[in-house]
Amino acid sequence: MNIFVLLKQVPDTETKIRLTGDSSGIETSDIKWIVSPYDEFAIEEGLKTKEAQGGTVTVLTAGPDRCVDALRTALAMGADNAMHVKTDGDTLDTFQVGKALAAVLKQNNPDLIFAGKQGIDDDQAAAFGYVAEFLDIPSVSVVIKVEMASDKKSLRAHREVDGGAKHIIESTLPCLVAVNKGINSPRYASLPGIMKAKKKEIKTFTLADLGVAGESARVSESAYAMPPERSAGKKIDGDAATQAKELVRLLREEAKVI
Amino acid sequence: MAGFRLSDEQAALKEMARKFIEKEVIPVAGKYDSSAEFPRDVIQKAWENGLMNITVPERFGGLGLGVFDDVLLNEELGAGCLGIGTSIAVNTLALTPILLFGNDEQIQRLIGPFLEGPKLASFCLTEPGAGSDAASLSTTAREDGDSYILNGSKMWITNAGFADLYTVFCTVDKSLKSKGMACFAVSREAQGISVGKPEDKMGQKASDTRAISFENVRVPKANLIGNIGDGFKIALTTLDRTRPAIASSAVGAARAALHYAIGYSKERKQFNRPISDFQAIQFMLADMATKVEAARLLCYQAGFEIDQGNLKLGSYYSAHAKRFAADMAMEVATDAVQIYGGYGYTKEYPVEKIMRDVKLVQIYEGTSQIQRVVIARHLLED
Amino acid sequence: MSDIFLVAEHKDGELKRVTLEILGELIAQGIQPEVLVVGAPDIQKLAGALGSKGAEKVVSLENPALAQYTTEGYANALFQYLSTKSPKAVVAGATPLAKDFLPRLAAKLQAGMANDCTEFNVKTSPITVRRPVYAGKTSKQVSFVTGPAVFSVRPNVLAFPADAQKTPQVEKVSADAGNVRAKIVEVQASATKKQDLTEADIIISGGRSLKSADNFKIIFDAASAIGAAVGASRAAVDAGYAPHDMQVGQTGKTVSPKLYIACGISGAIQHLAGMRTSKVIVAINKDPEAPIFSKADYGIVGDLFEVVPHLTEEFKKLRSQS
Repeated sequence: MNIFVLLKQVPDTETKIRLTGDSSGIETSDIKWIVSPYDEFAIEEGLKTKEAQGGTVTVLTAGPDRCVDALRTALAMGADNAMHVKTDGDTLDTFQVGKALAAVLKQNNPDLIFAGKQGIDDDQAAAFGYVAEFLDIPSVSVVIKVEMASDKKSLRAHREVDGGAKHIIESTLPCLVAVNKGINSPRYASLPGIMKAKKKEIKTFTLADLGVAGESARVSESAYAMPPERSAGKKIDGDAATQAKELVRLLREEAKVI
Repeated sequence: MAGFRLSDEQAALKEMARKFIEKEVIPVAGKYDSSAEFPRDVIQKAWENGLMNITVPERFGGLGLGVFDDVLLNEELGAGCLGIGTSIAVNTLALTPILLFGNDEQIQRLIGPFLEGPKLASFCLTEPGAGSDAASLSTTAREDGDSYILNGSKMWITNAGFADLYTVFCTVDKSLKSKGMACFAVSREAQGISVGKPEDKMGQKASDTRAISFENVRVPKANLIGNIGDGFKIALTTLDRTRPAIASSAVGAARAALHYAIGYSKERKQFNRPISDFQAIQFMLADMATKVEAARLLCYQAGFEIDQGNLKLGSYYSAHAKRFAADMAMEVATDAVQIYGGYGYTKEYPVEKIMRDVKLVQIYEGTSQIQRVVIARHLLED
Repeated sequence: MSDIFLVAEHKDGELKRVTLEILGELIAQGIQPEVLVVGAPDIQKLAGALGSKGAEKVVSLENPALAQYTTEGYANALFQYLSTKSPKAVVAGATPLAKDFLPRLAAKLQAGMANDCTEFNVKTSPITVRRPVYAGKTSKQVSFVTGPAVFSVRPNVLAFPADAQKTPQVEKVSADAGNVRAKIVEVQASATKKQDLTEADIIISGGRSLKSADNFKIIFDAASAIGAAVGASRAAVDAGYAPHDMQVGQTGKTVSPKLYIACGISGAIQHLAGMRTSKVIVAINKDPEAPIFSKADYGIVGDLFEVVPHLTEEFKKLRSQS
């Protein structure tokens, strides 16, 4: 199977977010960049699918030069190939990223595409839909289990919906599957994997190469703002019974939330 | 000057090792510290992830990494758990004599199995009567046909209870002192080997330390590493190469102690403010950090010189790195306990374990005193 | 005729509350949207609910193939209808369902999109929204500079509108689900009928201090006594005490309930990011230095195994009084 995994490089979850002086974005100077955690699940699912069905796993990202590290991480985990749409100097919106990724995918005819359900930076959770639509293939999102049909022409995906319910969805291939945490436990890159990864070539594209340089942004972003700081409130003293009683009274009479 | 930046692969190695300790070592370090069991499962995972035997050259199927890379790896292992780290890292010490002085056939035959499965090896140099004065050892090797017959006892041998292969240092003639020494690769299966009970140590509980004795153990001549008379050189050259990594494990342990101390000092409130607000604590933290940074640079420099083939300079910096890193880690761990106060003295918090664990680094693989002897010898030689 | 479209969401024949929250806000901005309902089992009932909060125009997109949700079916049917109009904005609640089909609809409309918005203004030009990013550690304004604005609005952040009795005009449109290649073949209901965290008014969460999955029962007991949903910290999920769909925080759900009670949760930055927009936060923790207390409106320093059962009793008393 020709398996593709879409990934995004994002600030580490422990990053303390600071804004630039003009609030036009976040300060990126001291950030540790990682593969978005949901995309790690996608890489793992790609590798597991390859191990079960045969084929190759290609990881694909769009972003500035630093994203090469994210691709190397995926290669070190065991991906076979890596592709990079270089966007240095441009900030793309989700629409443009979707166009760029879809253009690469169109050239490569994947049977199956995995992605994380969202990047943990922008939390937009939309690129998967744009890509699937631009490719005109089905998509399933928030997936926690994938079962491949024996003829490799369709799959069943378990999708989490609200309230703990699940939809089991049958889709033809090619299909784009956006995965959620819980689907697997990602391997980390082994040391031999890291050493092998350094020798692999990363195929690069520019937006012009892909014929999507003319796509204009649909949205612009501005005015980043930090949420209001919460401050510590009341401490409730006494034994457990007194504390519980007092809490309920305060929630009812002061905060009026119950 | 090439600069201090790690290469992308080295940064990735460090990152990977850090993930490994976060996921596989730190969560179980306390458990193995209290049970003093051998961390088989962690060793298995370390092997699966390629963290063992990293210096085996590529032409023999290894990763072909250098001493500098080993330094990076061992800082992370030391930050995870010195005891578990020692269990994982000791293979490199035990196999280095074969890698450096063995012929191709020996490397393939003796080291090949270590790339096939999570096997362990022990480095058998120290004896009850020969510690810092290694040349005074008294385990004997007697030629007998196409074999040598080994007799004698070794002490403080790491992983001795679980090793599949021992690199054993002996003498063919004690009166020749260092010139009579030889190194043999001895299979665990050889008749006449008996291992003692695990030592009940102060720290590094997860590492297996025992006495081992050889009674008329027959070793084929094919397992003589180098030549008769090379033993002392093999031992010292090996220790020069592995010392930066041992030193680096102490840097890791100290880094962990500092990390815990910083976190605790920001949480712990006295006089209505975090104790990190007090200059007394700030100065302690600052001094701890300076020591960690300085020791790390010494380890890097030692690793770098050895990888460049500057063995003499490497030996010099290795001694500095080992001496300074071990002593500073002891100081930093002690200060971390001090910052925690009474809590730090209990097993509920991680710093007392680090303090017990790092003590051993001042002792094993050349005490801090012997390192000073080495340094002084370099300084005073004509 | 409105060029602002609100995609209503319904489940088991009932309208989702977030649809009404958005409706109320649009009306407050002086906009009377056209409300689109896809595959409704009983459009009159839903129209009645929409009318009670001031909707005047409801369009029912109908086709037997739309009775059950499919990503492609919803996107196709909505696009087919919207392509006959000139939409300026298409809005929906930021629910698992809408976040699934909305990106595909946006792509079809050649539009930009913004998910999980907490504020919006459809009267400005360009239309602007505000959405939290980095799991709520910060937020940004998004302006729809080219083409229609497609966005979803997070439940529970807008006020629930007051009653405004209207009888909407209902237009039934025969819609085409198009080529649907991914279909639901089975629906597995949750073993316990759980409220969705993102829509819950009250959430009680447990952390690693619970020490086992079994001990989570005391959290569930308290939750059922007050009608709350149950959440968990990442540490509790990673330790296997709770399933991932209960996780609150950066790699779990972002929630904004009226009341969030954190039990035995220390308050790692990733967890705080996921619940900091809760209106009232209560922390119960043994460790007086736990960072969660610095964000909590009410703090109880105590053992959750002692405090929570008492809390359950107090909730029960409260319920029996009212």
